[in-house]
Amino acid sequence: MKTPTQKLPEPPRWARNLLHWYCRPDLLEDLEGDMNEYFERNLKTKGIRRARWIYILDALKFFRPYTVRKPEFLNLLIHWLMLGSYFKTSRRSLVRNKLFSAINIIGLAVSMSVGLLVIAFLTDLFSYDLFHEKRHRIYRIVTKTEGDDKRTMDLASTSLKAGYKIRETFPGIEEVSLIRRGFYSDAKVSDETIIPLEATWADPSFLKIFTFPMLKGNPATALKEPYSLVVTEKTALKLFGKTEALGKTVRFDTTNYTVTGVLKDIPKLSHIRFEALISLASMLGQKADSDGGILDWGNIYQNYVYLTLPETANLQTVQANLDKLSATENKQLEHQKITLSLQPMDKIIFGGRLSNEIGVNFPKPVAWVLIGLALVVILSACFNYTNLSIARSMRRSREVGIRKIVGALKNHVLGQFMAESVIISVMALIFSFVLFLILRTQFMALAPQLSDLVTLDLSPRLILYFLLLAVVVGLAAGFLPALFFSRIQAVQVLKDASSLKVFRHINLRKALIVIQYTFSLMFITTTLIGYKQYRGFLSFDLGFTTENILNIRMQGNKSTLLKKELAQIPAVNQIATSRMITSLGSIYGTQLKYKTKSVHDSAMVWLNFVDENYIPLHHHRFLAGTNFKNRPTSGNETEVIVNEQVLKRFHIVDRNPADAIGKQVMLDNKPLTIVGVLKDFHYGTMDHKIEPTVFRYSSEEPGGYLNVGIKSEDYPAALSGIEAAWQKIDKIHPLKATFYDDQIEEAYKQFEVMVKVIGFITFLAICIASMGLFGMVVFMTETRLKEISIRKVLGATESGLIFHLSKGFLLLLLISTLVALPVTYIFFDQYVLTKFEYHQPIGVSELIISVLVVMALAFLLIGSQTLKAARSNPAKVLKSE
Amino acid sequence: MKGTNLGEFEELVLLTSAALVNDAYSVAICDELGKYTGRVAKLGVVHAVLNRLEEKGLVKSHMGEATSARGGKRKRFYEVTHAGKVALTRSKEVREALWRIIPGFNLEGSV
Repeated sequence: MKTPTQKLPEPPRWARNLLHWYCRPDLLEDLEGDMNEYFERNLKTKGIRRARWIYILDALKFFRPYTVRKPEFLNLLIHWLMLGSYFKTSRRSLVRNKLFSAINIIGLAVSMSVGLLVIAFLTDLFSYDLFHEKRHRIYRIVTKTEGDDKRTMDLASTSLKAGYKIRETFPGIEEVSLIRRGFYSDAKVSDETIIPLEATWADPSFLKIFTFPMLKGNPATALKEPYSLVVTEKTALKLFGKTEALGKTVRFDTTNYTVTGVLKDIPKLSHIRFEALISLASMLGQKADSDGGILDWGNIYQNYVYLTLPETANLQTVQANLDKLSATENKQLEHQKITLSLQPMDKIIFGGRLSNEIGVNFPKPVAWVLIGLALVVILSACFNYTNLSIARSMRRSREVGIRKIVGALKNHVLGQFMAESVIISVMALIFSFVLFLILRTQFMALAPQLSDLVTLDLSPRLILYFLLLAVVVGLAAGFLPALFFSRIQAVQVLKDASSLKVFRHINLRKALIVIQYTFSLMFITTTLIGYKQYRGFLSFDLGFTTENILNIRMQGNKSTLLKKELAQIPAVNQIATSRMITSLGSIYGTQLKYKTKSVHDSAMVWLNFVDENYIPLHHHRFLAGTNFKNRPTSGNETEVIVNEQVLKRFHIVDRNPADAIGKQVMLDNKPLTIVGVLKDFHYGTMDHKIEPTVFRYSSEEPGGYLNVGIKSEDYPAALSGIEAAWQKIDKIHPLKATFYDDQIEEAYKQFEVMVKVIGFITFLAICIASMGLFGMVVFMTETRLKEISIRKVLGATESGLIFHLSKGFLLLLLISTLVALPVTYIFFDQYVLTKFEYHQPIGVSELIISVLVVMALAFLLIGSQTLKAARSNPAKVLKSE
Repeated sequence: MKGTNLGEFEELVLLTSAALVNDAYSVAICDELGKYTGRVAKLGVVHAVLNRLEEKGLVKSHMGEATSARGGKRKRFYEVTHAGKVALTRSKEVREALWRIIPGFNLEGSV
């Protein structure tokens, strides 16, 4: 039962406020009364929820021309007239409080420069592929493949067969283009000029779908005939110099190609990039492809299919047709299921992780993280502004009081202070723009991938975004102070300025400081944890040695030839051959079949082709068996070396690895005998588990690497010797040799970049938070100087005073520590590090160090100011009253 | 000006305000309309009509006293002006004149 004294439920506050906001004052009272009356009535008959709901609906429905308040032009006019005065007073107050103005402007400038960088970065990403005229109608076919073991892989590539089927059998598709990647060859223009060239095979539809303007040649026929070559302007210059390229012949290997077109250079912000195009017909003509079955349904790794749909196309129908196609074609496949889907072109750049991506792309979560980081830093600077302005409001309250007495309304004052903060943030924008220009070069230098991805060039649109950011930041920073000032009671402040309740908003300000410090602590902990993980990746025991090993890319040359040359260099002690370099992220897999009387098993294993020197050079540990004994020069291999995981996966032996020696497995339909079992080692990167891996024998790998063990400490001499040896073998391609350790570092480059970026943001966040704290401490000691003096006169000690003054701030820091550390710990422990199979534990030391760094800085700031205040001479302070 | 002509709903609202005499405010008018016409009169519609009638000068309004009901908000009472009375009378006369000229109009069986 309700008692009469109990407060009756009220209509929703916001709906009422909305009504107050839009309704004409002369209609408001009656209207609100009517709605209240209905509300009370509905409360009894329909219950509280319906009553509130009806009230809200009514409040919205009464928004009609006759009830809406007319904009007060007078008000706007007054604002306009008063602008000069606002400028003048703002400038004066800026100059008067130099410290606080500096904190505000520097803080805003620094934080906004990060914002500018993020805006420029994202603007570039969103500008990708905008130059294609049909961009809204272009789609790509992407592939999902699922093996027997339920492992799925998402690919940006697909099969040529899918492309042909879509073109031939699908209704309602405008144009289909097939592309194939992987043409690397030396272009022989004349006897003297031989230039390595990377090209993409494409069919004639390619130039119809994409807008790559052709300067010379006929776009409709350029890619039609076999052995046609279409080059970009840049490539034409490289190949033929200033002479006319069209119609020239270029020799690749043994075949002559004719240049049938010259394209305008590809814009930087294009996800498809190429030096030259070769007609797809030329490839299909060469039957001598080693893989065979280029047109097989399962050949999904090198080809791309793009298509344009008409404006009115129904995507569901196309998808249904794709599903149907997959269902029929999958019947031919034994261990694989392939599904196709459409990906709109504007989704490609943020398309997520697809293997075999044709060009660049950028993970969406990272974009969000970037936005989040910038936002946090900017908000932190806004907090400083809010905090300091409200704290300093005493000085300006008299100005506001006088303004109000001469007739300023609440919203005039509100407008004035909002305008002031916008002016300040626009001033800060000028500084931050300079900072942005400096930051930009630093940022681009972080990783070569970044300068490949974006240009960060200025454009009018970008400048507009920058200005917009400044205005938004100004409004956000100035809103609370402006609200505070607009509510000042004129009479009260003019009678006694100190009666102003500056400290009424103390909780708000405390909360803002806590938030700032929480974020600072979270950032610094993240940086430290990230750095430790990164170091951990680099120094991780991979299960083999990578020290002093130089990997040389063969670029099509004979391993045996180079080996012979290198063997004569004294600094070289061991030379091995391998098809690929493990542990850097690239993988190479094949099916392994294991058959006994009872078992019939087959699964994917990772694979590397190596020679007999590879295992000793890398110090792989044998658990059983030996190195390769049969060393055929070509193809007739009979042996395989496996790791422990293979034995486990196929249940070849239960315990003793030695029992596995002599067992036979099938790889690519070749029976191979296990001759050695290696201790598990890392084939992939740290985010993958160790999986079944095998080594097969191959002494000649023109597409692979030479692994050279270098014994001397004198690297430059060794390197120049190798360089000279390379020159003898290959005069066209420059030597590509990298130390294994450097390659590993390169493979984890993204983490280094991430640590650097977050580290920089941390630095900014701490600086801004510290500046804010400093401002608050200065203000607090200034206002409490008299109190301090009296305390001193009454006998307080310096240390007692310092403690008394700083304990409030210390409490805030303590709260933020208690929030930040557990949150960061849980975040990393539960979410981030679980993504990595092998990672370092989160140490207590990182947490403690981060707290110490932040605290030490805060103590220094608080301590210096409180000490100054505590040491002031009470006689002087009290005399001035 | 179309101000002199009354719409059907306007006429009803005007009549109701006249009937309620000293107690004519929006909610009461709504209730009364509901009672007599049998159709639900929405506050929003009535409010808009009253506003229009006041613009046309057919009613005038004054604020009542504050009471504890309605969340302490005052009511706006409406009163039919002279022009309002003229308009009502005129519209009644027009109807009656029309009724009169219908020869032998038989209402039987039509309701």
